[in-house]
Amino acid sequence: MKVVIMGCGRVGSRLAGLLDIEGHGVTIMDINDYSFRRLSPDFGGTALVGDGTDEELLKKAGIEEADAFVALTQGDNRNVMAAQIAKHIFNVPKVLCRIYDPLRRELFSSLGIETFSPTTIFAQMLKEKLEAEEEAE
Amino acid sequence: MYIIVIGGGKVGYYLARALLDEGHEILVVEKDADRTKFICNELGSVCVRGDGCEVATLTEVGTGRADMFIAVTGDDEDNLVACQVAKHKFNVPRTIARINNPKNETIFKELGIDVTVSSTNIILESIEEEVPTHPLTHLLDIRDRGLEIVEVKIPPDSKTVGKLVKELSLPPESKLFLIIPKQEKPHVPTANTVLQAEDQIIAVTTPDSEEALRTALRGS
Repeated sequence: MKVVIMGCGRVGSRLAGLLDIEGHGVTIMDINDYSFRRLSPDFGGTALVGDGTDEELLKKAGIEEADAFVALTQGDNRNVMAAQIAKHIFNVPKVLCRIYDPLRRELFSSLGIETFSPTTIFAQMLKEKLEAEEEAE
Repeated sequence: MYIIVIGGGKVGYYLARALLDEGHEILVVEKDADRTKFICNELGSVCVRGDGCEVATLTEVGTGRADMFIAVTGDDEDNLVACQVAKHKFNVPRTIARINNPKNETIFKELGIDVTVSSTNIILESIEEEVPTHPLTHLLDIRDRGLEIVEVKIPPDSKTVGKLVKELSLPPESKLFLIIPKQEKPHVPTANTVLQAEDQIIAVTTPDSEEALRTALRGS
């Protein structure tokens, strides 16, 4: 599978590493090349400096042949915009998008983008954890 | 009309001021506290501090009853998302987004924004018109047809001076429809019209054949 990841933060770099080890073709983009320090020294994919909302750069990252696109920058709106470009302009079969804001996530998932809100997921997880401990006592 | 403006920078502020003068009901949403205070001081209580992409903020300012929604922040992705939230969550009939990077114009159109205004392109075009030596000037875009109306000036030393229109190798997508000579009255060119030095030619063309048109008319 060929995957383009936008945003080389903790999550992006880790995902890139996991996919790379399993033999997938990974291109990871970030506007700051300093972020690539997070990639493991044996990372075999491509690291590309640039903005993932720029059509030209996405083409350079191989978006036209990509099987999947994952938007993982710090900016919800940047992620939403890039995900829509990947989905509607380049017709990438699988597009995943991180959106911190739960309400915005709801809206964009209703517009047909597969979205994840770490805020909701993590809060829910913590709640369950706390409740489980309470029950055990 | 109730109009919501996202972004209280220079564009947002002057836009709000102009729309208020025309008698519209205006609300500006601005992220920065000091800027919000400034706008309220200048224009009255028409500015709310908040994130114009957030559903909660937009609910609070009554986006559901807005007739028009205009996003003019300096970030294209924020303008896009704000307009999409307004359109899909609140069914605002008309959304307008400012575009800073001209490359995003087609993307915004494809993603369903009603009207886009590319501030960078507008500035470029105005400057182009003022630069006298510029060989080709954009006058008007006929966007939904992918056509544009341009002006080409024939320099005195051009190889095409004295040639007939039919002798020019014009790209097939282009059509000359007016010649404005330096001295005489404007006229509609025919196949046998002779090009003269310093003619101004108004033509319709496509963005892709612009270069070929310029070469055909100016001979270089």
